[in-house]
Amino acid sequence: MEKLNVAELQELARQIRRDIIKMLLISKSGHSGGPLGTADIFASLYFNVLNLDPANPRWEGRDYFFLSAGHLCPVWYATLARRGYIPLSELTTLRKINGRLQGHPAPPWTHGVPGAEIASGALGQGLSVAVGCAIGLRLDRKPNRVYVLHGDGELDEGQIWEAAMTAAHHNVDSLIAIVDRNNCQIDNYTNKVKNLEPLADKWASFGWHVLECDGNDIGQFLSTVKQAQALKGKPTVIIAKTFMGKGVSFMEDDYKWHGVPPNDEQGKQALNELAPTKYGDFIEFEWERSRPATVEVSAK
Amino acid sequence: MTKYQSKDLKATRLGFGEALVELGKENPNVVVLGGDVTGSVRTDLFMKAFPERFISVGISEQDMMGTAAGLAVAGKIPFASTYGEFAVGRPFDQIRQSIAYSQLPVKICASHCGITVGPDGATHQSLEDIGLMRLLPHMTVATPCDYHEARKMVKASVAWKHSIYIRFFRDNTPVFTDAASPFTLGKAITLIDGTDVTVIACGLQVWEAILAEEILGAEGISARVINMHTIKPLDKEAVLRAARETGAVVTAEDHQIQGGLGGAVAELLAQEFPIPQEFVAVKDTFGESGTGEQLMKKYGIARDNIVEATRRVLQRKKNDS
Repeated sequence: MEKLNVAELQELARQIRRDIIKMLLISKSGHSGGPLGTADIFASLYFNVLNLDPANPRWEGRDYFFLSAGHLCPVWYATLARRGYIPLSELTTLRKINGRLQGHPAPPWTHGVPGAEIASGALGQGLSVAVGCAIGLRLDRKPNRVYVLHGDGELDEGQIWEAAMTAAHHNVDSLIAIVDRNNCQIDNYTNKVKNLEPLADKWASFGWHVLECDGNDIGQFLSTVKQAQALKGKPTVIIAKTFMGKGVSFMEDDYKWHGVPPNDEQGKQALNELAPTKYGDFIEFEWERSRPATVEVSAK
Repeated sequence: MTKYQSKDLKATRLGFGEALVELGKENPNVVVLGGDVTGSVRTDLFMKAFPERFISVGISEQDMMGTAAGLAVAGKIPFASTYGEFAVGRPFDQIRQSIAYSQLPVKICASHCGITVGPDGATHQSLEDIGLMRLLPHMTVATPCDYHEARKMVKASVAWKHSIYIRFFRDNTPVFTDAASPFTLGKAITLIDGTDVTVIACGLQVWEAILAEEILGAEGISARVINMHTIKPLDKEAVLRAARETGAVVTAEDHQIQGGLGGAVAELLAQEFPIPQEFVAVKDTFGESGTGEQLMKKYGIARDNIVEATRRVLQRKKNDS
């Protein structure tokens, strides 16, 4: 697949946001805010950054991606479907029994989804796993990179900082950690629950390269990732500033949207704000039928 | 004269450390994670032999389990090792999610388990680890009875598809098995045949059971002694055969009475073949400082306790018939 350019990624990210809203309207359960806020990051990673093969998720040459903040999985599932890992129609099965789209992600050999390497959901565990994976690849002199995505609230977990020390101690420079810095967690804003600042200084003092960018600006995010890939000798963290609920006016920057789905009225309003795209929706609801039908186009 | 002789005194943890070095020579994918107690858990031997494949993570057991899981994702065969309480109690959630639920074949090898770690006191006496690990789907739980069995168990774990928890002990303990006898994970070993009662033991209590059998034999009691080195998956066939043939069971372990080997055997017997069972185990209490031998006696998990439990269970069997 050709890498998508910034304009194409922006449209795709909007489609992924529409997918998220529709998935949540069907499941009536799941997280809204974080997934909407990270749609730009997921579109960028899976359609521009990562070396991967959707037909062979365990391809040896793949870059490894770990979602440490497992509750963000609606955006991951939508992205995996758009990228061809799973059928688009499967997005109707989020959190449903006998499905593969678990409420928090798991690998395919344990009820989960192709593309997941490991289970996540209990927070703070993904960085250790990513560090171990990167050390293992380095032992085999393999060039594969390892990416891991964290929420910012997740950084309250002590294991994150244990792993940060391990990564620095072993000079794991094939590792890029991304922090979704939306300042929100389930109870309140992060500075109300337990202040994380000065966050960049914390990572730097733990021995990491630190880059900061606007995680909702795809051009800026891509150039920051490029910069990160060129850094050697230490692991790199990208603190990507995003807005929770990005793209839906009444959800934006509101921590109350961390863990709840929209109701039908809110969902309709959200879809009105997120204009349809050339990629088309994975499902058309009954109430949408009065309008011209959208055409399904695969993003491949 | 017992049917088995103690030929030497050696620690199970030494068997672990030596087996790791042999595995390191045989298989380039074997890696070992160290949590700062390498001299104690004897991963220092591997560290010296294969420094590039020894990954120090410091005193951070939660990180160690996650890092081990990541190494397994990358195709490595990781052995994560520290003291029992810190290998299980501290990182239980990491083991549950990143290893067991994710079905990654990490080898968790804990030393200094049980009350026999002694002078260090209750904080360091892991008496809940078998129970905790036995609760996890996809997790195998095993513990060797002596130095030779420790070596065999560690070597067998490499080909084992599932994640596995192996429980070692600090003390130099009797070496009564040999290097050549066969060993298969999940297959119990009947050490002594008997017809009146069966003592099912694991870890250091296997030797205690052998000594108890000698005392019982002198009283005219024919006791079968089974070394249940793998607690999960339990060798159901061996337990049920013993239950049918002897009609009474005593379980013996260096662990809390709830959740361990005795619990596993009781769960099976209750469903398949209910017969009297007595438990030789620590009775829902924390330990204290002392020597291993003193603590085994005070907390009721030594040979005499096995003898008494056997007399009790035989009385129950008699009352039932």
